[in-house]
Amino acid sequence: MSTTVLPPGVAAAAPMPDILPAVKPKTGFTGFLRRNPTIAIGGFLMLLMVFVAVFAPFLWTKDPTALAPALRTREPSAEWWFGTDMLGRDVYSRVLYGTRVSLTVGFSVAIFASLAGLTIGLISGFIRIADSIIMRVMDGMMSIPPILLAIALMALTRGSVGNVILAITIAEIPRVSRLVRGVVLSLREQPYVDAAVAAGTRTPVIILRHILPNTLAPLTVQATYICASAMITEAILSFIGAGTPPIIPSWGNIMAEGRALWQVKPYIVFFPAVFLSITVLAVNLLGDGLRDALDPRMAKRL
Amino acid sequence: MFAYVVRRVLATIPVMAVVALFVFSLLYIAPGDPAAVIAGDQATPADVERIRASLGLDRPYLVRFGAWLWDILRGDLGTSIFTNLPVSTMIAQRIEPTLSLMIVTLLLAVSVAVPMGVVAAWKQGTIVDRAVMAFAVLGFSVPVFVVGYLLAYFFALEWDLLPVQGYTPFARGFWPWLQNLILPAIALGTVYIALIARITRATMLEVLQQDYIRTAKAKGVGQRAILFLHALKNAAVPIVTVIGIGIALLIGGAVVTESVFAIPGLGRLTVDAILRRDYPVIQGVVLLFSFVYVLVNLVIDLLYTLFDPRIRY
Repeated sequence: MSTTVLPPGVAAAAPMPDILPAVKPKTGFTGFLRRNPTIAIGGFLMLLMVFVAVFAPFLWTKDPTALAPALRTREPSAEWWFGTDMLGRDVYSRVLYGTRVSLTVGFSVAIFASLAGLTIGLISGFIRIADSIIMRVMDGMMSIPPILLAIALMALTRGSVGNVILAITIAEIPRVSRLVRGVVLSLREQPYVDAAVAAGTRTPVIILRHILPNTLAPLTVQATYICASAMITEAILSFIGAGTPPIIPSWGNIMAEGRALWQVKPYIVFFPAVFLSITVLAVNLLGDGLRDALDPRMAKRL
Repeated sequence: MFAYVVRRVLATIPVMAVVALFVFSLLYIAPGDPAAVIAGDQATPADVERIRASLGLDRPYLVRFGAWLWDILRGDLGTSIFTNLPVSTMIAQRIEPTLSLMIVTLLLAVSVAVPMGVVAAWKQGTIVDRAVMAFAVLGFSVPVFVVGYLLAYFFALEWDLLPVQGYTPFARGFWPWLQNLILPAIALGTVYIALIARITRATMLEVLQQDYIRTAKAKGVGQRAILFLHALKNAAVPIVTVIGIGIALLIGGAVVTESVFAIPGLGRLTVDAILRRDYPVIQGVVLLFSFVYVLVNLVIDLLYTLFDPRIRY
């Protein structure tokens, strides 16, 4: 047996180690967060906002509705961290309490619109006769820009958090229904569904066991985007005077009240604006991260 | 082709019918009795009843819907409860600022967003790409009034470069008109730019992987020609579709932008109408905006063959 003759200048390959140094994949929750930095950042900011909303009374706040006409429009200081508004109310306290309205509206709309959209989408995807009627109605509703639709609905009712949630939910339902219907229609053509049909599985069971679980991933991603857009819509509605009643401190209301003075006291508009932007950013990051993690195919598209 | 156009145009009729039914129902279930308002405080119930009959308010729902629809089709959008002017007149008075704002925003957004998306796709994974994507996420997250106030604060108040608020009619010259629209257009356009840039990037990434792009590279076509002549053409359909769908964002955003920048357009009209519960005006504006939205998307659908000659109907 001859030894291999290497040309000059070429060193012999280093002997392979018996065992490659183990690349330990990060598992568990921390590993997941490290692989999905957007979820980590978005989730952290979101938890922070939830914390602020829940513990608003204990975070050195004052009564957010207490009027103090003598202390109007004070600049931010040690006593009033974010200053006071036109009626002498503490802007810091109002902004912190405003977190509650924004999160309540965002989460509620996301949940209700998803549930309604899921139901309508499933019905539409499975019942042919219902489909054409439902989709015509959804097409019609979708051709009214969502903010205008919400505005029109709010014009009918008194301003309250419940009505705001209802109005925005109705405006968001068509898009969710379309998404679910699309998923259902493509799943129906899958061989495994054919197999289930051939095996004699009843339709409700097919829907619940084979179709529904597969709609959850895209629906979850959609729900986060709905949450983000609902928070913006709530702020817009309140800002133009068609949202929550002025007595409730919401970010849109604080900005609406600060509007008259914004050229001289810009901080009244500024602080709620920053909170709103950070919260919406957090939800959007969470949504992008979830989309990448849950649905690689969709991640490639966008 | 002709058959397709006819079918597509006919398909908008049920959509608009649903919109009309929805908007009519809005007025139908709106609180407050127009007959009682017109009759005044001194009227007896018999008077109110007589006025109601003369207005046709005692007729059944569908009959009233038919009559209302007939009026709309003849261009009669009703009369404002507050100003007693025809709604169509009020809309006509306010349409120029809104139309100007939307057109300037649209031009600005498309001319900024498409190159942004193209460059991001070309430089995929680099700092440029990341910057564009970061801008896109921020653009979706920072609401239009926040961008508006920030711009107005720095560019108008602090640095005194542009007017803070207001609107100058086009008739008074191009520059004074544009000057007042620059900041509102950037504010309104931010979310739109984010949307278009994202879609452009995603579509371009797909197109750039195709064989004919490799062929073009191999035969020595310049980078810029590949991107803008070869690739962008094939990416046009999804991009144009999103531009059309995004008009809904522009319409919703215009209502807010006009409030921030004190532009006397349709958005302001809507806000004022809500505060006064002037239902005929709300109805008219919603109907008009929805009609424009449907029309724009119809036109885009019909133009697909121009962007992509492979599409045959």
